[in-house]
Amino acid sequence: MERQIRYQREANLEWARQFTKQPGGERLLSCIQCGTCSGACPLSIYMDLTPRQVIALVREGFREDALRSKTIWLCASCYACAVECPQKISITDIMYRLKREAIRSNLYPKRFPIPVLAREFCEMVRRRGRNSEFWVVFRMALRSNPFVLFSMARTGWDLWRTGRLSLRKERIRRINDLQFIPAASKEVD
Amino acid sequence: MEPPAKYLYYPGCSLKATGVAYEESLLTTLRLLEIPVEELSDWNCCGATAYMSVSEASATLLALRNLALAHQAGTKDVLAPCSACYLTLRKSHELATHYPEAAKDVERFLEQAGLPRPDSVRVRHPLEVLYTDVGIQRLRELTVRRLQGVRMASYYGCQAVRPYGEVDDPHEPVRMDEVLRAVGVETVDYPLKTKCCGGSLTGTIHEVGLRLNYILLKEAQRKGAQAIVTICPLCQFNLDAYQREIRKQTGEPIDMPVLYLTQVIGWALGGGFRELGLHRAISGRKLIEQWFTVKKEAETYV
Amino acid sequence: MSERNGEVRIGVYICHCGVNIAATVDVRAVAEYAATLPGVVVARDYKYMCSDPGQEMIQQDIRDHQLNRVVVAACSPSLHERTFRNAVERAGLNPFFFQMVNIREHDSWVHSDREAATEKAKDLVRAAVMRVYFHKPLERRRVPVNPDVLVVGGGIAGIHAALTVANSGKRVYLVEREPTIGGHMAQFDKTFPTLDCAACILTPKMSAVKEHPNITLWTYSEVVSVDGSVGDYRVVVKRKPRYVREDLCVGCLQCIEACVFKEAKFDDEFNLGLSKRKPIYIPFPQATPKVVVIDPEACIQLRTGKCKKACLEACAERGAIDFEQKETYEEIHVGSIIIATGFQTFDPRRMPQYGYGKYPNVYTTLEVERLVNASGPTGGQVVTRDGRVPESVGIILCVGSRDERTNRWCSRVCCMTSLKLAHLIKEHTGAEVFIFYIDMRAAGKGYEEFYQRVLNEGVHFVRGRVAEITDWAMDPSEEGKLIARVEDTNTGFVRRIPLDMVVLAVGLEPQFDALNVQRLFGIGCSMDGFFLERHPKLAPSPTYTDGIFIAGVCQGPKDIPDSVMQAGYAAAEAIALADTGFFELEPNTAYIIAEECSGCKTCIPLCPYQAITFNEEKKKAFVNEVLCKGCGTCVAACPSGSIKQNLFEDEEIFSEIEGVLAYA
Repeated sequence: MERQIRYQREANLEWARQFTKQPGGERLLSCIQCGTCSGACPLSIYMDLTPRQVIALVREGFREDALRSKTIWLCASCYACAVECPQKISITDIMYRLKREAIRSNLYPKRFPIPVLAREFCEMVRRRGRNSEFWVVFRMALRSNPFVLFSMARTGWDLWRTGRLSLRKERIRRINDLQFIPAASKEVD
Repeated sequence: MEPPAKYLYYPGCSLKATGVAYEESLLTTLRLLEIPVEELSDWNCCGATAYMSVSEASATLLALRNLALAHQAGTKDVLAPCSACYLTLRKSHELATHYPEAAKDVERFLEQAGLPRPDSVRVRHPLEVLYTDVGIQRLRELTVRRLQGVRMASYYGCQAVRPYGEVDDPHEPVRMDEVLRAVGVETVDYPLKTKCCGGSLTGTIHEVGLRLNYILLKEAQRKGAQAIVTICPLCQFNLDAYQREIRKQTGEPIDMPVLYLTQVIGWALGGGFRELGLHRAISGRKLIEQWFTVKKEAETYV
Repeated sequence: MSERNGEVRIGVYICHCGVNIAATVDVRAVAEYAATLPGVVVARDYKYMCSDPGQEMIQQDIRDHQLNRVVVAACSPSLHERTFRNAVERAGLNPFFFQMVNIREHDSWVHSDREAATEKAKDLVRAAVMRVYFHKPLERRRVPVNPDVLVVGGGIAGIHAALTVANSGKRVYLVEREPTIGGHMAQFDKTFPTLDCAACILTPKMSAVKEHPNITLWTYSEVVSVDGSVGDYRVVVKRKPRYVREDLCVGCLQCIEACVFKEAKFDDEFNLGLSKRKPIYIPFPQATPKVVVIDPEACIQLRTGKCKKACLEACAERGAIDFEQKETYEEIHVGSIIIATGFQTFDPRRMPQYGYGKYPNVYTTLEVERLVNASGPTGGQVVTRDGRVPESVGIILCVGSRDERTNRWCSRVCCMTSLKLAHLIKEHTGAEVFIFYIDMRAAGKGYEEFYQRVLNEGVHFVRGRVAEITDWAMDPSEEGKLIARVEDTNTGFVRRIPLDMVVLAVGLEPQFDALNVQRLFGIGCSMDGFFLERHPKLAPSPTYTDGIFIAGVCQGPKDIPDSVMQAGYAAAEAIALADTGFFELEPNTAYIIAEECSGCKTCIPLCPYQAITFNEEKKKAFVNEVLCKGCGTCVAACPSGSIKQNLFEDEEIFSEIEGVLAYA
């Protein structure tokens, strides 16, 4: 049996404090734990923690519990929670912040396709300035679960025959502009 | 507010690939409305939701480069048809304006890249253009074909109306319905208008994505809609491309056209089948061919 | 130094206020500095100047050092100016040879830099010392108080206040906007937590108002203007035409029977549109006064003048119906005013996610009060709009309360109202009842016990704020139902709960025209729009305008017992004022040096209190000190500089400014 207890020494209160100072985190402390976010979320039914529980964890400084949850990766950024929240908390932005920190701290679920897609996407955009849908999906599949490519074949064919599948690798002309963007890859790796 | 003299078109990656029909129909519609439009030169990817998940600072700069290019080109209105692009561009603008920390990064980057501050640039969505800049009255006047007896469900998806609520009301949006009705299309009361299609989840956690789209299609059917009208390339792709799989999994006979608003409006204004990209549909092809064929004697000109 | 003031001997006292001031301001240093100022004979600091020993210290110094001016640097004058003036007076000095400095609210509480805060305290003290030097002895004037009282609003608070004042032998004018008194309470079915029938406990008080010899009841009337000030308010009341003579109508209701509209087809306001009424109607059977009223928007005669006027025939004997009735105005004089104008409920259309107005079976709590009421639109049957007895009912709490997007405050009554309705709905229908709550607030005598009772009746308490009500079904079990999607935060599950009826516990908010009422009576509003009390703890009914008191929900959300208590308190204040018989005015009024007045009349239209009149004979303006509030507008505006103001004489103000600007 695993003990289910959190000791107060495990709570990272400084981290929680910092969190409330970042863009989007300002109103975190106003949360009244009403659950409107979870009720409004189309994906909460698939989450290991409800968005409300994630907010509670962040506020109490249980950093790892929050960062390791699948919840943050299931967030599709549809902003339903943010629009409904009676305390005007930007829950979507909080999820983004947690995703970024999970990647930076290497705490995201491995082989879980969503963070893999995010990384592949950023890599391609940073190098070429544009994303080529086909190649991003292809590389994500290779890195998470190659078998999924078989099930995608039929959809791929549909797109091909309607002229919607482009295999071209797009690239912008003034690619040099992007070198002034602090390399996201540092945060990725 | 006076409609702008010209729009700068920011396609984003989807409108050059899976959403090419959106580009075709949008440009055709604007041409028929005699609205000057030009593609933003050397635009880059907006970063979408993925970049924001990796680095907020980089995502903001990436998006802002486009707005700076637009500013340089001397145009105030950037037309972003993809909801994700619309939101990302709009949001990065706000971040750079309201957060001094982010503003500093932006300033440094723009200086290094030799780009101007995009202060006066506005990010616009095609629905805004049709509803606000063109207006219902003018659309009604310009309509040359009516799709009579066709019932459609207008579907906004998420990011066009949330969180900013400028394209339409986040709870009970009605503008798309009004635009459709202006050209004679009947709309149904569709309660899932602003529910999420799952976005990229169809590609990552496939089962979850499929389920969300099944619910959207099923409810549209239940409300008596024969087609769904969208304003986002990802919504259109998800709802259109996976119907075969949904049929297989649920055993329900769903085969529903999923159209772009600009395809329906473009047709009403006199656009052609192929120039509106109507041949690129995957689902509901039979109905599409039936509705969007120029009928010889029964042509219902207004 | 001015000859006129003789030898000026000033005492300065710096209060620590425990640590409130002393923690941020070096009080000792301020006192030491004050001692060096010209005219200061003694300067001390003390832990609590307002305490008896503190006051005693001042009085002792006045005697020992022959002080003739006193400065106290402490908290806000609104708290203790009176205390110190009295102390000074008891030592035989005129109380206006005193000046108070606020180094708490204006200094220690708003600064953290001790050094800077200390310097600021020195500046403020120096200004006061230089000012008090020029103070003159002044006398407070007394104005007589008219014992009559006006009560505005005829809900439970207004009714209770009116009866209490009237029982003490004072004359009361009770003005109500609607055709009947009773307010919201008359619409309730039962009252929590005892389940007393609201009508059974309210209607005796309504009759008592009607029958009371000391109460003049004006319904269907509104206050349109208020002049004067404490002790003598002149109020004009508009009496709207009800097209029925109150003195003749006996409430036989035969006119309603006779009306040419055979079917009632206009929304019945009392039943919130859940039933219909005719153009001639009585709001409810126990309406007080029991006099019918004609709705001019609906009545054919009043709209077109072409009705066969069957009502007139039915009332031929008494002749109470009068289509020619016009609005009339009554002017009254009262010494004090009690405002009890109540509230309106939140309009849930502002939250489209709950589908009110879209789905017919989404109701508000107030509507359900009417549904469960035996004399309500369904005769007490709880049925949906399509006539079904509901099998499952959901009550959503905090609709338009505790929400940054609508109203931020807790409306205080909705938890208990919902518990009561859950109990009544279960009793009437046997339905499964779900209460969706964020926090259950049952703080009141017998309230927690009532919560326990409802828990034990098997009502489901789902802790979570419903995200949306829709009618789209996931499977056949949800077909035809309204679906609440909610996170049950107790279990951590997101749930979909199919319901036949949804009840929105709508919050309480200020009346739509509260701002007009506020301006009309010259009182204040807090941030949320409810009327502002003089002190949130110690004076929750008096306002900053002397002689005007507030009671009931117009001051802030509260339930019936609290409204009644506050109304009694307001009544006691009004009675005390009337029984004292006079009110002491501050002497900081304006006065005109007649020789210097050029008679230009500039000041007359500027005075907000109509306190300045013009003497045509002498061609001079004259200030009525009873009406003057000391705002100083005329003083600043007078082109010849002939208007002065007590306590704000030029030399007092200029030396105060010099003092605050002169760095030590």
